[in-house]
Amino acid sequence: MSVPLVELDNLTVRFHGERTVHAVNGVSFTLKAGETLGILGESGSGKSVTLKTLLRLLPENRTEIGGGVRVDGADILKLEGRALADHRGGTASMIFQDPMLALDPVYTIGEQIAEAVIRHEGVSSAEGMARALDMLTRVRIPSPERRLKAYPHEMSGGMRQRAMIALALACRPKLLLADEPTTALDATVQIQILLLLRDLQREFGMGMIFVTHDIGVAVEVSDRVAVMYAGEIVETGSVRDLIRDPRHPYTKGLLAANLHGAVKGARLHAIPGAPPALAEAPKACSFAPRCPVKVSGCDINRPPSVALGEARQVRCVLAAPAPGA
Amino acid sequence: MLTYIAKRLLHTLPVAFGVSIVCFLLVHIAPGDPLTSVLPPDASAQLQAEMRKIYGFDRPLPVQYGLWVLKTLQGDLGVSIATGRPVASELSRALGNTLMLAVLATLIGFILGSMFGFVAGYFRGSWLDKLASFVSIIGVSVPHYWLGMVLVIIFSVQLNWLPATGAGPGGSADWVWDWVHIKHLILPAVTMSVIPMGIVARTVRALVADILSQEFIVGQRAKGLLDLGVFRHVVKNAAPTALAVMGLQLGYLLGGSILIETVFSWPGTGFLLGQAIFQRDLPLLQGTILVLAMFFVALNLIVDVVQTMLDPRVQRS
Ligand SMILES: Nc1ncnc2c1ncn2[C@@H]1O[C@H](COP(=O)(O)OP(=O)(O)OP(=O)(O)O)[C@@H](O)[C@H]1O
Ligand code: SF4
Ligand SMILES: [Mg+2]
Repeated sequence: MSVPLVELDNLTVRFHGERTVHAVNGVSFTLKAGETLGILGESGSGKSVTLKTLLRLLPENRTEIGGGVRVDGADILKLEGRALADHRGGTASMIFQDPMLALDPVYTIGEQIAEAVIRHEGVSSAEGMARALDMLTRVRIPSPERRLKAYPHEMSGGMRQRAMIALALACRPKLLLADEPTTALDATVQIQILLLLRDLQREFGMGMIFVTHDIGVAVEVSDRVAVMYAGEIVETGSVRDLIRDPRHPYTKGLLAANLHGAVKGARLHAIPGAPPALAEAPKACSFAPRCPVKVSGCDINRPPSVALGEARQVRCVLAAPAPGA
Repeated sequence: MLTYIAKRLLHTLPVAFGVSIVCFLLVHIAPGDPLTSVLPPDASAQLQAEMRKIYGFDRPLPVQYGLWVLKTLQGDLGVSIATGRPVASELSRALGNTLMLAVLATLIGFILGSMFGFVAGYFRGSWLDKLASFVSIIGVSVPHYWLGMVLVIIFSVQLNWLPATGAGPGGSADWVWDWVHIKHLILPAVTMSVIPMGIVARTVRALVADILSQEFIVGQRAKGLLDLGVFRHVVKNAAPTALAVMGLQLGYLLGGSILIETVFSWPGTGFLLGQAIFQRDLPLLQGTILVLAMFFVALNLIVDVVQTMLDPRVQRS
């Protein structure tokens, strides 16, 4: 077995400030080269924070990161200065939910893509622009020569997201981090962007981590899915296993509320109750206050993450393998 | 873009009209008879009436205004009562001197102010920010004539490096580009630069802090830019507003430097304005105020146009 592309080992992220937020509490997973992992979870469950940690984009002075983060063999938490900048956009890059906010309003799309290529590959600005044009063509933007000279505000939402994808892929990263890239778009545009991303991911052979709170989207693009709740991964498994046989009560609730009702594209808020405030590290099961099947120990001990076969884990006391298995 | 400029030009016409009305009425609103300073105190009623006729004060106001505008448009601003020389020539020389002083002061102030502002904005909350903010607050709040006098005491009286007053040797008001004349420019320009410096520093600090807190900065870091690369983005985003503030500051300095020009006896418009007021030289006063106000209107126009050209987000139609 070769080294995995991404290895998160018991990642914890804490924000200090007026109040402390325990945003990520012991997240572990691995991602193989070329594989797509979907991270599913409701708002505030720590999805974006987990992704940003992989690029070290969180505010340095207020953030306390623990555990291990390795991407392509490098210890991300130890990267500094130029090595860190080489990692960002070179080895791994990110697509944001709202490209209008992620692109600089006063530079053209072409300039912004070329800038990244010049920075990472040391090419001339003419070569940078040529690459930008090539990338805009690959993300199937109509009349790419013209879009090269367009400012972000002169494009439609879908077009901007294509430009953002072109920017992210310009330096051929091995890992693509997509943070709800379609949430801000109309339904029809959403599907186009999803298909585009899936095609490009295959074409470039990248590993991808795709964050969403839409089960339908997660199923569409992922090989494996990790379900996050209150800064923890409560369940991981292949898309098939997870849908056919969810083991964690939270996953079951999500599926019951979203799949069987056949509401495609529905958001995940059909389970009664609200997630915890994250003011302190979890000592018991974070889902206990909302869990319909909780047992006596759930409020006292934090359930361990139980492995149920290869690449399948559940953090729930009821998920222990059947006796004799 | 051209249509935009044309539109913007049209918008300034009513402003220019209003300004000219105010300047014109100034002579009539000002307490006392505009002729008292030209006539001997015991002038006969007949002489007064004659003078009135010569200056055209006996005609109805709208006619007087029309004639005045016509003459002004031809570059004739009347004759200074105190010196007997044409107001236009007095003004053009003073304008040249003030322009030089104001441009240099604005440049110094803009460069220093941007530096302080950038440092303060980048390291917001740190001791560097506090130091830079402290310096710029001093810049805004210290009385400038006082600062001018302090500088004169240090650099002219004590060190004897720079001349204390005037624009050239022997009090000559005609400018020549040589070291002797430039030496005269340094102290007033530095003194004056403190005003735009403080304001530019505060503006740039707020701008930089705001830009750095926007998400696209995270986007720039995410694509692997180093600090210098991110800095370029901050500069281009801050430039339109910072330059606009600089332009307006230049406008203020062109008109608002009476105190500093008086302290340094710098033969500019502020100095001229001061003289016109104290000597009740109404034609001079009227002409100076009109020209300065028009300058400001024109500058506003230029700033708007430049800002529009620099910022792709502003709709150009
Ligand atoms: N820079 C920060 N400083 C302080 N707290 C933060 C910061 N970023 C995120 N958080 C907090 O961390 C928690 C997790 O946030 P995160 O953005 O990862 O949620 P998410 O799962 O991406 O949700 P959404 O679906 O709304 O994007 C939230 O409680 C959030 O308020
Ligand atoms: S550990 Fe207990 S409370 Fe938590 S999900 Fe499992 S059964 Fe529910
Ligand atoms: Mg998020």
